[in-house]
Formats: sequence, C-alpha cells, structure tokens
Amino acid sequence: MSEPVPLTGTGTTGRGPAKAPSRRLSPALRYVLRRLLQAVLVMMLVMVGSFLLVKLAPGDMVDAMAGTRDLTADQIASLRERYGLDQSVFVQLIRYMALLATFDFGYSPINAAPAMDVILARLPVTAILVVCSVSLSMVIGTIFGVLASRFAGKAVDLGISLFMLLLYATPSFIIAILLILIFAVKLHWLPIAGFESVGMGYTGLTYLKDVAAHLILPVTALCTFYIAIYGRIGRASMLEVLKLDFVRTARGKGLTEGRVFYVHALRNALLPLVTMAGLQVSSLFGGAVLIETIFGLPGMGRTAFDAVFQRDTNLLLGVVFISSLAVVIVNFVIDMLYMVLDPRVNLK
Amino acid sequence: MRGALSLLGRLARHPSGLIGMVLILAIVAMSALAGILYPDGPWTMAGPPRLWPGADPRFPLGTDTFGRDLIPALFYGARVSLLVGVSAAGAALVIGTVVGAIAGYWGGWVDDALMRLTDAFQTVPNFLLSIAIVGIIGASLPVITFAIAIVAWPMIARLVRADVLRLRTYDFVQSCKIIGMSDLRIVFQQILPNCLAPIIVTASVLVANSIIVEASLAFLGLGDPNVMSWGTVLNIGRQELRNGWYLTAVPAVALVLTVMSLNLIGDALNDVLNPRLKERK
Repeated sequence: MSEPVPLTGTGTTGRGPAKAPSRRLSPALRYVLRRLLQAVLVMMLVMVGSFLLVKLAPGDMVDAMAGTRDLTADQIASLRERYGLDQSVFVQLIRYMALLATFDFGYSPINAAPAMDVILARLPVTAILVVCSVSLSMVIGTIFGVLASRFAGKAVDLGISLFMLLLYATPSFIIAILLILIFAVKLHWLPIAGFESVGMGYTGLTYLKDVAAHLILPVTALCTFYIAIYGRIGRASMLEVLKLDFVRTARGKGLTEGRVFYVHALRNALLPLVTMAGLQVSSLFGGAVLIETIFGLPGMGRTAFDAVFQRDTNLLLGVVFISSLAVVIVNFVIDMLYMVLDPRVNLK
Repeated sequence: MRGALSLLGRLARHPSGLIGMVLILAIVAMSALAGILYPDGPWTMAGPPRLWPGADPRFPLGTDTFGRDLIPALFYGARVSLLVGVSAAGAALVIGTVVGAIAGYWGGWVDDALMRLTDAFQTVPNFLLSIAIVGIIGASLPVITFAIAIVAWPMIARLVRADVLRLRTYDFVQSCKIIGMSDLRIVFQQILPNCLAPIIVTASVLVANSIIVEASLAFLGLGDPNVMSWGTVLNIGRQELRNGWYLTAVPAVALVLTVMSLNLIGDALNDVLNPRLKERK
C-alpha cells in the first residue's frame, strides 16, 4: 500500500479529472467507460451461465408443458419449433440473451404471470432489507472496530474481539431462529413473521411503525455476520493507518488525540470498509433467501425459494439475473465513489 | 512433511490455534467413530419422539420428532459437514489456484478474460447460485459439493493472481526463464510454493464457509435426502420451534463450534505464517 494522503480540508489533492485539454478522453472518463464495459461483460457472462443451467436441467420447457397435458409427438415438435428449441445451441443462446437483456424472463407458471412482473413486485421488500442491513452493519461494525483499535490490547479490545468471533462463526439463519425464539416466542415483543400486520388497515406513521417492528429481527439477523467483518477490518485498518507518517504529523502539529484519532486516522481507515460494502450486497441477496423464508417476508429471496421447490426455473433464474444486476450496479457506484473519495485510486 | 509437522507444532503453541485444533480434532473423531459407535445409522427410531435432553438417561441429547436419537445424528452430521466442507474447499482451491496462476503469470488478454469470469462469479450472489444449481440439477452430495465449490473459487483466484503478479518479476523467476525452464514448471514448481501461506490461511475459511452453506441448504430442505446432516436436524427443529427449541440448539451449537474452530485455526495460521503481523501487535 502506498502512502495515503490525509483527506483533510475540502480541496482535492493532486489529481484533477481533466488536466490536459486534449482530443483524447480524460483518464477519469476513460476509467468510467472501462468500468461500464466490464459491467456489461460481467452481465453477459451471467446470461451465459444462466443459459447453461437451463440446459443442464433435466428436460426442457416443452417437456415441462407436456408433463401436465397429453400431447402428440407432432404437437411437441411444433412446440419445440415455436420456442426455437429445434435450433442450434448457439442460436438458442443468442435468443436467450436477447430475451434476458430486455428483462423478459418468460412466464412463471406458479404465479400465472410474467416472471419479471412477479420479481418487480417482490423487489422492494428485499431492497429495504439490503439497504437497512448494509447501513446498520457498517455503522455498528465500524464503531466496534474503532473502539477495539482505540483500546488495542486492553480488556475492551479483547471483549469486542471475542464477541466478533462469535458473530463471525454463527450463520445468519441460526441468529434468525435465536432472535425469533427470544423476542417473538418467549418475550412477545416483536412479530414472529410477515412484512406488515395483516388486515389492520394501518396508514401513515402507524403503518411505518408496524413495518419497522416486522423488520427489526430480519435486519438484525442479516447484519450480525457483517458487523463482525466490518469490526475486524475496521480494527486492522485503524491500527495500520495509525502507524503512518501523516498521523505522526497530525500529532506533531499539537492536535488533540481525539481529533487525530477520529478525524484524521478514521477517514483513511474507512476506505477498505467501502470496498466491503459491494461484496456485502452480493452476499445479502443470497442471505435474503434464508431470512425471508424464515420470517415469511414477500421478497425476492422467498420468491427464489418457492421457485426452487415448485420447479419454476424461469422465475428462479430471473431472480438470479436481477440480483446480479443489482450487485453490478452497486459495485459500479462504489467504484465511482472511490474515484471521488480516494485520489490515489489507480485510473487504469 | 517435516514442514507440515512443524507448522502443526507452531499452531499448537498459539492459543487460539490450540483451541481450534482441539475442537476440530473432536469433530474429526466424531465423524470417524460414527459408524463404529452407532452401526445402526442415524435414521433408527430408537425411542419416544420429542424427548427433551436429559429427560431420559438413554438419550442424553433427546430425540427428534420421529424418536431418532440426536447423538448419532450429530456424529453422522459431522461426517457430512467435514466431507462436503473439505471436498468443496479442495475443489475451490484447485480451480482458484489454476485460474489465478494462469491469469497472473500470462497476463494480457488471458488475464483480462479470466478476471472477467472471476468478476461474474463474484457478482452473482453466491448462495442464490448454489440454490439454483442444487434446485435445478437435483440435491445429492456431489451436486451440493459442486454448487459450493463453483461459487467459492474466485476468492482464491484473486489471491493467487495478486501473488503471482508480484512474484513473476522477481529475480529467481527471471533466472528460471534464462536457464530455459518451461512456463508450466516455473508457475507450478517455482512460483506457487512461494504463495502457499495465504492459500493455506484462506483454505480454513473456505472449509468453514462450505460447511455453513451445506447446513443452510439442508436447513432449507435442499440437502441430500439420503444423508443426515446438521442442517437436516435444523430443518426439523424449525417446525418445532415453539415446543422443542432444543432440536435447533443441539445442531446449531455443533455447527457454530465447528465453524469457530476453523476460524480460530485460520487466525492462528495467519499469525504463524505472516511475519508482518507479529510486529503489528
């Protein structure tokens, strides 16, 4: 790691986005375009993978349709032709990718609706879960990490480290069950499942409070693992940064220890945590399957679970596609943020 | 071999390494002894159903909803966890090392192509992809292992690539080239042994993750129906949460202890193998 530049003051340090006026693209713009191109490539690979999975499944779409009805060989052949299943694999792949690119995932038999409509209806619940979990775990994890580094080697540090170890080793679904057991079954403080109280007709603030009460346990369950991750990274990153020259300079200038610690060191130590957020979003879409199933939340994860058990491949792969797209977008935004936040970033 | 033994010795002198190794040895012993101690297997309905732990001295940890003793379930479950955990992590290690080494050593468009593939696998939510694979192809131990390994290798690939990128500029690699060593030999015989340390540390985390994913799949009802896994018991326990939370607690404690012991070993390995960390403390 090269020497970080302290991010004090508002002026940008060093790199200007478009230094030399030239006919060629500025490095910053080239970086943005390059990242965009990479994002598109990644999504195309996701489509190919998705196609491979459909091909790996025992039987094709027409077999599935024929399963419920009595079809003659002629009818099956004409269905195959209609859906392009008689074409070469390559042509099928291109057609499939074209469909996915226009968000046409096909029909979802279990919902009797286009898969995309089903996913769009379930997306908000998962989005709320993900946004709440990312922000909450980041804040709490960072606080733990910073506290541990502040008291490095002392009892506070040891206590926090042990707690992190426990959170790090406990899978989210076990935490979820534990929370249900304590706060819903035994104490009756919070609702056991669902997104809102059914048939209560709440509106306005009461409705928001009701939804919040339903979300406390699932969000907590999704958070714990990443609280541990942010805590561990935050602590290591703080200890790393505190050894650097600019911290010594800040101390030498006669700044108070608190200011050195919480303003100068913390700002630099936060960068690795931002990178983590991209990975976290990806893993939360996976974790949502477990958590939404346990808490009976009508989100995309629960949809994926139902799709698996009812053999609704279109819907399942639609969820995979939309989740991946969300992750690609989040990662792109993080890269852009990084470019603004950290002047050292390599614009290659 | 001597190296491996001395590594074990250094781990045993590390406090968290020692705790982790003792715990993991206990789990290994459980899976090794499962067949000898409980030759009838974990599915036998041995007593009355829904016995709480301690209620009957014959069943110290109680029985499940079908009257199956939970102790053999734990022993056989340890077997499944270790088998899936180690083989999935092993497969991920091999794929990741090969991909990372090729990308890092050859660079250029090969590197670009392999890294985009790695990106794609890291972008798709891992657990979602595992569920899709198991759900679409069918739940059996080989498919589950494949579904876990196929999402786990990118982490290793990135790690190995970064190390190979750094090492290939070193003088010893240049000398190997000058004496006419083949690229394959340089990568696998000269460079890779030098980036073993981070791979070993990550391996313990990989095994722990694989065990969690296997248990999560079985918990959702996507486990191999022919094997008793800790996740299977957790799946039964979920339906009995109100009256029999011990059915969840027993396998959950086993799972958490296993994962924690692997994490402790990983932390200890990191300290032992990475001299830079020592001075940090």
